[in-house]
Amino acid sequence: MTDGVSSRSARSTTGSSSDVERAAQPRDETPPTSGLSRRGLLGLAAGVGAAGLALGTGAGAAAGVAVGRSREREGTASVYDYFGEHQAGITTPVQDHLHFASFDMMARTDRDDLVSLLQDWSYAASRMTQGLQVSATGAVGGSPEAPPDDTGEALGLPAAGLTITFGFGPTLFETADGEDRYGLAAQRPALLERLPAFLGDDLDPGHSGGDLCIQACADDPQVAVHAIRNLSRIAFGRARLRWSQLGFGKTSRTTAAQATPRNLFGFKDGTANILADDADALAAHVWVSSDDEPAWLAGGSYLVARKIAMLIEIWDRVRLAEQERIIGRDKGEGAPLSGGVETTAPDFTAAGADGDAIDVDSHVRLAHPEGNDGIRILRRGYNFVDGNTDLGRLDAGLFFLSYQRSPEQFVRLQRSLSTDLMNEYLRHVGSGIWAIPRGARPGSYIGAELFA
Amino acid sequence: MSRIRTTRALAAVAAVGVTALALAGCVAKADVEGADALAVTSTDTACDVSAATATSGTLTFDVANESTQISEFYLLADDGLRIVGEVENIAPGASRTLTVVAQPGDYFTLCKPGMVGEGVGRTAFSVTGEAVAATGDDAEQKQQAVDLYAAFVKDQVEQLVPAVDELVAAYESGDDEQARTLFPQVRAFYERIEPVAESLGDLDPRIDYREVDAVAEGLDWTGFHRIEKDLWVPAEDALNADGETPAWQDWAPSTDEERAAFGDQLIADVGELNTYVHSDDFQSALDSQGIAGISNGAIGLLDEVATGKISGEEDWWSGTDLWDFAANVEGSKMAFSLVKDFAVAKGDDGATLAGDIEQGYADLDASLAAHGSLADGFVTYAELTDDDKREFTDLINALAEPLSQLTTTVLE
Repeated sequence: MTDGVSSRSARSTTGSSSDVERAAQPRDETPPTSGLSRRGLLGLAAGVGAAGLALGTGAGAAAGVAVGRSREREGTASVYDYFGEHQAGITTPVQDHLHFASFDMMARTDRDDLVSLLQDWSYAASRMTQGLQVSATGAVGGSPEAPPDDTGEALGLPAAGLTITFGFGPTLFETADGEDRYGLAAQRPALLERLPAFLGDDLDPGHSGGDLCIQACADDPQVAVHAIRNLSRIAFGRARLRWSQLGFGKTSRTTAAQATPRNLFGFKDGTANILADDADALAAHVWVSSDDEPAWLAGGSYLVARKIAMLIEIWDRVRLAEQERIIGRDKGEGAPLSGGVETTAPDFTAAGADGDAIDVDSHVRLAHPEGNDGIRILRRGYNFVDGNTDLGRLDAGLFFLSYQRSPEQFVRLQRSLSTDLMNEYLRHVGSGIWAIPRGARPGSYIGAELFA
Repeated sequence: MSRIRTTRALAAVAAVGVTALALAGCVAKADVEGADALAVTSTDTACDVSAATATSGTLTFDVANESTQISEFYLLADDGLRIVGEVENIAPGASRTLTVVAQPGDYFTLCKPGMVGEGVGRTAFSVTGEAVAATGDDAEQKQQAVDLYAAFVKDQVEQLVPAVDELVAAYESGDDEQARTLFPQVRAFYERIEPVAESLGDLDPRIDYREVDAVAEGLDWTGFHRIEKDLWVPAEDALNADGETPAWQDWAPSTDEERAAFGDQLIADVGELNTYVHSDDFQSALDSQGIAGISNGAIGLLDEVATGKISGEEDWWSGTDLWDFAANVEGSKMAFSLVKDFAVAKGDDGATLAGDIEQGYADLDASLAAHGSLADGFVTYAELTDDDKREFTDLINALAEPLSQLTTTVLE
């Protein structure tokens, strides 16, 4: 509660069971009679604490929304906690759809603006992830003389497993010109800096970087888009959308129960991903530890996003055996070319018909921990198709997302991939890195540790 | 930009401005005699005020019309645009009195014999002393705001009428260079009050439709944009604003006879607009909407910017979109200033909202000023970079979001 005090304006808010407008089940159609005005939402202040309380008691108890525990069941009925030790949306079973957005803070904003934005975003996220509208009055419960707080396209939809994950880019702490806009330069993690140039980069600045990022994942694309749309609107005047990306067809899994999905090359991807129940691997490779620097990032992680365009028309003309040699796995089963089934560990010493069974420059070999000092990352990418290019090709590819304890893990792996046979069919067109703070504590807001 | 929007515009009438002091009082009353009575003499060429300074508080201006036409007297804010108080319909030989509660600040006085044009005798006027509290009950203050709003609209249209005369004279006589200079300047009077005109059925289509709008609705294409295309003749291979239709398809530069017809039509249409804003119908439309109409007008004008001007679709051939942009913003800002005090009076939330809105206007003004001004001209739309347009878009978002809460706040 004390963390939630905003500099903007103070208005206490109350939650009630009527807040639950689009919760999973049962749905309560009663128009809300109490609660938060748009100004209250923007000003937040005590709202975070009150909201946390409301979600924990009123909403949870009255509407049967699971709070305090996550449902592992996948699908549109899933509801995940917003508050917790780690942010949701990392080890959470990978949802089917993504809307990712990068923001820059607006000129003339100050530290108070940033704090109030994070508070307002947290409050809205704490509601939307529970299947609630963005505020108590929502899309239709407010004054007819005012635009509704909630844009409304998710009315009647369940939470659909929505997770909203926030990150802080290097430029939030210090601009490229060395300006410390928010008094955060001293808090900047030493490792949080723009990624180095990699062979084959063809980066578009308009699709790279950003002071802040939001990853919204859901099993219903409309729910994910609704989240980004409303969070963007809340940010107007404080932060501006820099770029955003829609994704579909998850390309990785984070639980053993999930089948390994395929990317747009048609191959299973992420077979060796770190899974949510592998606590040791998560501690070693994903979560920033309290022994790491800086202390405020403990329980957090680093997110790398890479927009990787695939030259799929060219790829589709590659004969099957060559495709499999490039990847290092067979296309149907996903087994390594050294034999076995999908889950069989690849044997890089195995001999094939002519030379190694798994080519030395195959993707699976270059990316494998065995050749990278045991380094692993948690991948969470999505396929994308942004219509087509001017040349009449599908503008398609992989929106790569990975979470790691240190950016060095990604850098090491990406450098290993410099000779990857797959590179001939890839172009890295977007790039970004963000520090992912620990989860918001109940009653507080995302990143509060940074401002303590 | 006008197409499509007519229904919303009805609720939006447009824009007036007034500073805090206006709300306290500015009604013409013949029977008010103040200790600080100022004598104003309106002639055909001058507007003499007995003093150039006054002390804050209730001021009365006794306006004697010694001109040969019906006259008006205005007290304008320091931007020379916003009306703080006005008295109108003063017959030749008659006198009327303007009473205002004036806050400290810089103002202008001017008279408008004949009720059209920019007026005569514009003179600086300053008020010193302490700020004074507003008086009068809420309903009275709201009615005053509406009256000032009406006065601003009338003033803008009154200035539009002779400005259009001048533009048309240059256009019809073939002085295209002069007409090109005047074109964006004249439009500013229209753009400041655009939603008013758009509420008038087929008037706005005749005055302000673009070619693609007229074609889409099967109308004869007339008005500002018809003249614009004659003044900025497209290249042979140019495309129209739809990005598809050849510019020269079903179009040729107007003949002298056609110019005369289009010019006279615009004069007639603007005259009809002037008649309307001086009619009881207009006043009663404003009265029925109250301050919500003013507030919605402020929002509507920013929507005009966000939809048409930011994309360069409005002045496709001349590229003078930034003039329209700036005039829309001015109109919006004045409408806001008229209702601002009602928002502030709602408490901390209202005051915060008003502060956010004022900051939004200030940021947008600063960004616009980097590209010119209405007085000295702007760069053309083609000279704006993508980053410039992006900045405008972000600043409009920043302003329009709190502004969209203004109506509900003042009505609460």
